Amino acid sequence: MLRLTGVSKTYRTGAFGRGTTDAVRDVSFEVRPGEVTSLIGESGSGKSTIGRMVLRLTRPTSGTVTFEGTDVARLSGAGLKEYYRHVQGVFQDPFSTYNPIFRADRVFAMIRQSYFPRVRDDEWRERVAEAVASVNLNPDLVLGKYPHQLSGGQLQRLLVARALLLDLRLLVADEIISMLDASTRIDVLNLLADLKERGLAVLFVTHDLSLGNYLSDQTVILRHGAVVERGATEKVFGDPRHPYTRTLLASVPRLGTRWEDLPVPSSGIHECATPLDEVEEGHFVACFDTDGVHHGRKSESV
Amino acid sequence: MALRVQDLKVHYRTLRGDVHALDGVTFSVADGEIMGLVGESGSGKTTLGKSLIRMDSRMRHVGGTVTLDGTELPIGDTEAMNAFRFSDVSIVPQYAMSAMNPTRRIGKMVRELVESRKIRFSSVRDELNRRLDLVGLDRGVLDRYPLELSGGMKQRMVMVISTLLNPSLLIADEVTSALDVSTQRAVALALAGFRDHDLVRSMIVITHDVSLVYQIADTITVMYAGRLAESAPTDTLVSTPRHPYTQLLISALPEVGVRYGGKRLTGIAGSPPTLLDPPSGCRFRARCPLAFDRCAEQPPFVEIADNHRVACWKAV
Repeated sequence: MLRLTGVSKTYRTGAFGRGTTDAVRDVSFEVRPGEVTSLIGESGSGKSTIGRMVLRLTRPTSGTVTFEGTDVARLSGAGLKEYYRHVQGVFQDPFSTYNPIFRADRVFAMIRQSYFPRVRDDEWRERVAEAVASVNLNPDLVLGKYPHQLSGGQLQRLLVARALLLDLRLLVADEIISMLDASTRIDVLNLLADLKERGLAVLFVTHDLSLGNYLSDQTVILRHGAVVERGATEKVFGDPRHPYTRTLLASVPRLGTRWEDLPVPSSGIHECATPLDEVEEGHFVACFDTDGVHHGRKSESV
Repeated sequence: MALRVQDLKVHYRTLRGDVHALDGVTFSVADGEIMGLVGESGSGKTTLGKSLIRMDSRMRHVGGTVTLDGTELPIGDTEAMNAFRFSDVSIVPQYAMSAMNPTRRIGKMVRELVESRKIRFSSVRDELNRRLDLVGLDRGVLDRYPLELSGGMKQRMVMVISTLLNPSLLIADEVTSALDVSTQRAVALALAGFRDHDLVRSMIVITHDVSLVYQIADTITVMYAGRLAESAPTDTLVSTPRHPYTQLLISALPEVGVRYGGKRLTGIAGSPPTLLDPPSGCRFRARCPLAFDRCAEQPPFVEIADNHRVACWKAV
C-alpha cells in the first residue's frame, strides 16, 4: 500500500548551505493494510523525517514514496487533497496542536469545511459523535470543551477521531504516546490496535522499544538515517542480529530484569553502503562486525 | 537517619485559590539509600523535590518539617536555605540540558559557582577531574561551551557539578527522560555510581517511569494527587504491590516481550482529581475498582510489613 524505495533526504546546513547532513539514507520498506509498522530510532535517526516525507510535508532528495502505486511527490492540487483524505498524521504534542482559545472540536469543523461542505448539520453531528465514540471517548463529555479541560490522552484521541472522519487508510502516528502518562498511554496504544483490526495501516514512529513491540507487526530499526534491521516484530525483537538492535534492547529499563543481567554488546557497528542482508525470510540486517569477523554482504571501504 | 520529612504540606497560590500540591507527606530516606519517587504528571513529585531545596515564589510552606542529619531545614525561608543548598542538599534539575550558562566555558562556570560558596576552586580541581573520569567525560569538556556537548554529556556534567561538594541529599528530577535509550542507561548507572562511591549520602530519584527506578533504586515511593500511596523496597513494590493504584500502574506498563495480541493491557480509567479543591477521603477513590464506603474517609499511610507502607483501607 505504502512503499518507500531508496528514500534519502539531505539537508543543507551551515552558513550559505555549504555543509550537508544526510538525515535519511537509502531507506526502503513497505506498510501493508491491517498492519502496524514501527519506525524505531533514537534522536537524529531520521524517523520523524521519514514520517514527514510520507505525509508530504517534506520531499525526499532521492528515492520515491508511493501510495497505492502513485508517487506522492508528484501530487498537487486536487490529487494532494485526495491523498490527505486517505493519509493523515498525528504528532507528539497534543497540547500545542490545539488553539487554546477555541473549543477542541474546532478541529472537526475544519475537516468539514475542506472536505464535506455539503453534509447537513445533523448528519455531520452524527458522524462526529460516531468518530468520537470509536476512539473510546464519550461524545457528551468531550465535545464543546476547551483544550485545557481535556487530558493529553483525550486530546490525542480526538485527533485520531478527526482523521477517522475522512476515508482514512493510513495513519502516521509520530511519538503520539511519549507525552502521555503511563495510565493513559495504553488506551491510545490500544486504539491504534483497534484501527489495525479495522484494516487501516499505521506507521508508528517511536523511540520506545517496548511500545513498538507491544503494538507492531513490522519493525524498522533506524540509526543515523539508515535502516540497521527490519522485519516481522517477533523476528527483530526475538532474534536481534545487529549489535545496535541488541544494544537498544539491553538498554531499555524493564521490570523484572536488572541491567547487570543484560550486558551491552561491545560495539560491532560497521557502516557500509551495501544493501541489507536477508538473514531469514523477511528479516533484513545491515552489515556489522563481531569479534573482528564481518557479517553481511561484502562491503566496500567505508 | 539522613532525611526525615514529617507531614509536609506545600500549596501553590493561584488566582483561583490554593492548589494542594503536597498534602501531608511523611517519609524518610536512610543513609546510602536511593529512593525512587514515582507518579503521574500533577501528582506532586516535582513539588516535593523542589520543596526540599528551593521553593519558587508561588509555593507556600503550609505545614510539616524536613530534617536532614538531625538539623531542621528552613524550607519556607529562601534566604536561610542558602546555607544548605549545594553543600548539604543539591539537585539535578529537570531539563538539566539547559541548566548551564551558555555564555561561559564550563570550567569557568564551575569556578564561579564554587567560589560563590567561598571555596577555593584549586581545592576542588582534582576532585572535579576524578569525577569527570567517573562519569566517563573527557577532562577537556571544562574548556568547552555547553553548546558543544551532547544531551547525555550535558546531563552528566550537571550531575558532576551538583554533587561536587558531597551533599548529604541529592534530588534527581527526571534526569533521563529527555535522553535516548542507550544514553539513558549510562546516565542512570552513573547516577547510582555517585552513591556507590559515597560521594552522595542519599538520593531521591524522581521519575514517571517505574521501570527506570527499578534498575537503580533501593526503595520506591508512589505518589498520587499530592499524597503518598505506597512505599516499599523495590522488589516488594514491583512484585507484590498492595495499593490498587500501584497495581494498575504496573499492569499498564507495556514490556519488551509483551505483545498486544497476546495480552491486551488496560489503562486506568478516569483522571486524577483537581488539587484546587481536592475531594475528601481517598483521592484515588473515583478511579479505584475496589472502592467501598470506607474510602470516603482518608486512609492512613501505615506500615503493613517491614518497610512496606500503604495508604489503602483494603491493604490494612
